[in-house]
Amino acid sequence: MSTESHHESGAGISGDGPVQADNEANRRARRILFGCATITVLTTLAIFFVLIDNAASYFFGAKLTEMLMGASPEQTVTFTEFFTGTRWAPDHATPAHGAIPIIFGTLAITVGAAFVSIPIGTATAIYLSEYAPDSVRSKLKPTLEILAGIPTIVYGYFAIAFINPVLVAPIASALFGINMGRYSLLSGMLVVGIMTIPMVSSISEDAMSAVPDELRNGAYALGATKFNVSTRIVLPASISGVFASYILAVSRAIGETMAVTLAAGFTANLTANPFGEIMTMTAYMVKMARGTTAVGTVEYQSLFAVGLLLFVMTLTMNLLNDWFKRRFQEEYR
Amino acid sequence: MSTKDADQSLITTDVQTGSRDRTDRTHETVVKARNLDVYYGDEQAISGVSMDIPEHEVTAIIGPSGCGKSTFLRSINRMNDQIDVCRVEGDLSFHGKNVYDEDVDPVALRRKVGQVFQKPNPFPKSIYDNVAYGLRIQGKADEVDLDDAVERALRGAALWDEVKDKLDSSGLDLSGGQQQRLCIARAIAPDPEVILMDEPTSALDPVAASKIEDLIDELVEEYTVIIVTHNMQQAARISDQTAVFLTGGELVEFDETATIFEDPDDDRVEDYITGKFG
Amino acid sequence: MSTDTDTDLFSDVDLSWEHLKNRLFLGVIFAASMFGVVMLALLLFDVATDFYVGLTEYNISLVDFFTRDGSRREELSGFRGAIVASIMLMVLVTILSFFVGVGTAIYLEEYAPDNRITRLIEANLANLAGVPSIVYGLLGLAAFVNGIGMGPILLAGAIALALLVMPIIIVSAQEAIRSVPDGVRNGSYATGATKWQTVRRVVLPAAIPGIMTGTILALARAIGETAPLIMVGAIFINRMPYGPFDRFSAMPTTIYNWANEPSQHFIHLAAVGIVVLLAFLFVMNGVAMYIRHKYETEV
Repeated sequence: MSTESHHESGAGISGDGPVQADNEANRRARRILFGCATITVLTTLAIFFVLIDNAASYFFGAKLTEMLMGASPEQTVTFTEFFTGTRWAPDHATPAHGAIPIIFGTLAITVGAAFVSIPIGTATAIYLSEYAPDSVRSKLKPTLEILAGIPTIVYGYFAIAFINPVLVAPIASALFGINMGRYSLLSGMLVVGIMTIPMVSSISEDAMSAVPDELRNGAYALGATKFNVSTRIVLPASISGVFASYILAVSRAIGETMAVTLAAGFTANLTANPFGEIMTMTAYMVKMARGTTAVGTVEYQSLFAVGLLLFVMTLTMNLLNDWFKRRFQEEYR
Repeated sequence: MSTKDADQSLITTDVQTGSRDRTDRTHETVVKARNLDVYYGDEQAISGVSMDIPEHEVTAIIGPSGCGKSTFLRSINRMNDQIDVCRVEGDLSFHGKNVYDEDVDPVALRRKVGQVFQKPNPFPKSIYDNVAYGLRIQGKADEVDLDDAVERALRGAALWDEVKDKLDSSGLDLSGGQQQRLCIARAIAPDPEVILMDEPTSALDPVAASKIEDLIDELVEEYTVIIVTHNMQQAARISDQTAVFLTGGELVEFDETATIFEDPDDDRVEDYITGKFG
Repeated sequence: MSTDTDTDLFSDVDLSWEHLKNRLFLGVIFAASMFGVVMLALLLFDVATDFYVGLTEYNISLVDFFTRDGSRREELSGFRGAIVASIMLMVLVTILSFFVGVGTAIYLEEYAPDNRITRLIEANLANLAGVPSIVYGLLGLAAFVNGIGMGPILLAGAIALALLVMPIIIVSAQEAIRSVPDGVRNGSYATGATKWQTVRRVVLPAAIPGIMTGTILALARAIGETAPLIMVGAIFINRMPYGPFDRFSAMPTTIYNWANEPSQHFIHLAAVGIVVLLAFLFVMNGVAMYIRHKYETEV
C-alpha cells in the first residue's frame, strides 16, 4: 500500500536508458494489475445490471436497455401482486405472480435453520473458546471444518436419502399419522441448520477468543465460576462478533440452493406444516432451469425478478454483517 | 519473620513510612505461607517462601521484575489455577486453612480474597453493572439493596462523586485512574476480607496514582491489603509491612516497612533499596 | 502466631448450586458441540452405506461407472462424462481466475494507494464473497449463455464458477503476499529494483506456496458447486464433452439429477457419484495441506 517515490532529476541518478525501461515496465505492470482489480467491481456491476435489466422486462414488459432505446414500459406484473399475492405460478396456464409463497418458503427455511445453527453453533463456540481442553479442541475444530467443506449437493443428498426418510418421516407417521412425501419443510430446516453450524461456531469462537483475558481474570477474582464468566462476561463482550456470525449464517441460508431444493421440494405451498412440501426462491430458480424455459418468456424473466429479490436480501444481510464486524473490531482494537 | 513490637516507631527518619501508627497494634495473621514453592512447568517462580501477613494492615511486596512477587500474590487467591502449567507446593493458609487443600473451592476463596489488577480491567458494561457484578454472581444481589451497595462501594473507592450522575455509562468511558478505582469498587462491593493489588498504579499517571494510594490508606480500616509494587517510594509511603523478594523467587526479608527501608538486615535488600534510591 | 483453624471457613458460601449450574451448562454445550460431529458421522455413514448397497444390491460396476457416460436408463448410467466435464471445468476455472485473481491481490497489496477506489474494491470483494452462488449462475445465463449467445456450454459454466471463486483466490493470495516480510522487499529496493521487479522476483516466489494452497482450496469449492451450473443449463446432458464449447453435465449436477430421480437405483448411483466427488475433494485438500505443510517447515 505504499507509493513509490523515484526522483526524476538529480546529478548522475536521473534515469538513463535501462532504468527508464525498467520504470516503464513497472508502470505497465501497474496498469495491467489495476485492470485485474477492476474485474471484481465489474462483476458486481454486471450482476446488478443483468438482474435489474431482466427483472424490468418481467415487471414492465421491456428490458431497461430496450426502454432506453425507446420501448415504452407497460406494467405486466404489478409490484402489489408480486409482493402481496399468495399464489405463485408464472409458468402456469393461468399465471399468477404472487411471490409470497416462495418468499415465505425461503424465510421459513431460514428461520428454522437459525433455530438449529444459532444455539448449537453458539454453544459449540463457548465450549471451544472457554471449556474445551486442548486435546478435544484440536480434534473438534478440524471436524467442524470438514462439515463446512462438504458441498451443498452432498447435504442435499443427505436430506433426501437420510434426514427425510429416516429421521423426519417416521416422526410424522408415528406422532401425527401423516404419510409424508419425498420432501418436507422440516428436513430443509434441519439440513440447512446443520450446514450453517460451522459458520456460527467458527466466527463466534474467533470473537470470543478475542475477548481479553484480563476481563476473565477480573471476574474469576470476584469468585465467578466458568459458567458466570462464559455467559456474563465473554458472551456479552463478544456479542457483536457473535451477531455477525448469525447474520452470515442467515444470509447463507437465504441463498442456499441445492440442499433446500432436494430437501424441501418444488411446490409453492403457503404452509408452515413442517411435514409439508414448500418451495424456496432458489428452488424455484432451479425448477425453471430444469424445465425448458425459453428466453423472453415471462417464466424466464421471473427468474431474474426472484434473483434480484434474493440478491437484495443477501446484500442487506452482508452489509449488516459488515456493520456488526466493524463494531466488534472497534471495541477490541 | 514475626511481627515486631512497636519500638521501631521511635526511629526518626528522612523516609516517610507507614503514615499511620498501626504498627503498635498486634494483628492476627490472615495469610500464612510456609515453605511455599511455585513452579511454571520446570521453572521455579517462588522458592521456599514463609511469611505471616497480618490483617488490617497494608503489606507491600517489592522486588525486581521477575522475582515472583506477582506469582506469590496470585497464589493467595489461587488465580494461578488459571495457568495450566502452574504447580504449587508447600503450605499457604487463609485463617489457618491451607487454600490448596482438596476441599477448598477456589471460587469460594476468591469471594473472600478480592483482587485488583495491574491494568484496569473494567468489564464492557455500565459503571453500575461493573460494581454490581460481584454481588450478582455471588448471589448477594437479592439480600442487599443493590443501589445502596453500589453507592457504598463507589464511595469506598472515592469514585462516587465523579460518577454518580452517569452510572449507566460504560465503565470503559472513564479515565485510566477512574477505571482503576472502579475496579477497586468492584472488588470491595461483595465485601471480601483481603484485597490483593498487583501493581495497581503502574499503568496510571502520578496524580491518579496518588489518589489510589490515599484510597489504600482508607481501605485498610476495613480490609487487609496486600500490594505488589515495583515502586519503592510507594511501598514506603503506604505500607506497614514490607516483604522484599529477589530474583529466584526468594523472600529475602520481611519486616516492618520502617525497618526494611532504614535498617535492613540483609545486605542485598540494602543494595536493592539504595540502588533504587540512588 | 495464633490462628484459628476454622474448618468451616467457607461454610457461609454455598456454592453447590453454582457448581451444579456450571456442570449442567458444560454438559449441554458439550452435547451441542457433539451434534455437528454426530451429523457429519451420520452423513458419511449414510453415503458409505448407500455406496456399498449400490455396488452389491444394485450391481453398479465401478468399471462401467468410470467408463460409461450418463444415460436415461439407470443400468447403463456412468460417470465418465461428468468426471471429464468437471476436470475440464477446473482447468478452465484455473486459467480464468488464477492470473486475474493473483493480479488483483498484487495490486491491492503492493500498488494500491489508500484512496476511495481501493476501499471500494476491498469492500466490494467482501460483498461478492457473500453473494449466493446461484446468482452467479443467473449472471452466466443472462450474460454469456443468452447475452452473447454462447449457449449452455462448458465455457459458460467455467466463467460463472471462475467469477464465483475469484474473491476466495484474491483474499488468500492477499494473505500470502502480506505474509512476505517487509525486510525482503526493502532488500530488493535497496539494490535499485523497481516495484515490479521486486514483486516478480522476490515477493511472488516467496508467496507462491500460499497462493497455490489458496487456489487449490478455492477450486475444491468450485468442483462441488452445483447451482450455478444448473442455471447455465448443465443438466440432463449425458454425452462426454470434448472441449470448452460442448454442452456438458459435471459431477455435482449429475449427482443432483440422479438424486432427484424416484428410482432407488439412481439414488444409489448418486451415492457412488458422491464418493467420487468426495475423493476428488479429499485429494485436493490433501495437496493443499501438503503444500502448506512443506512451506511452513521450510520457513
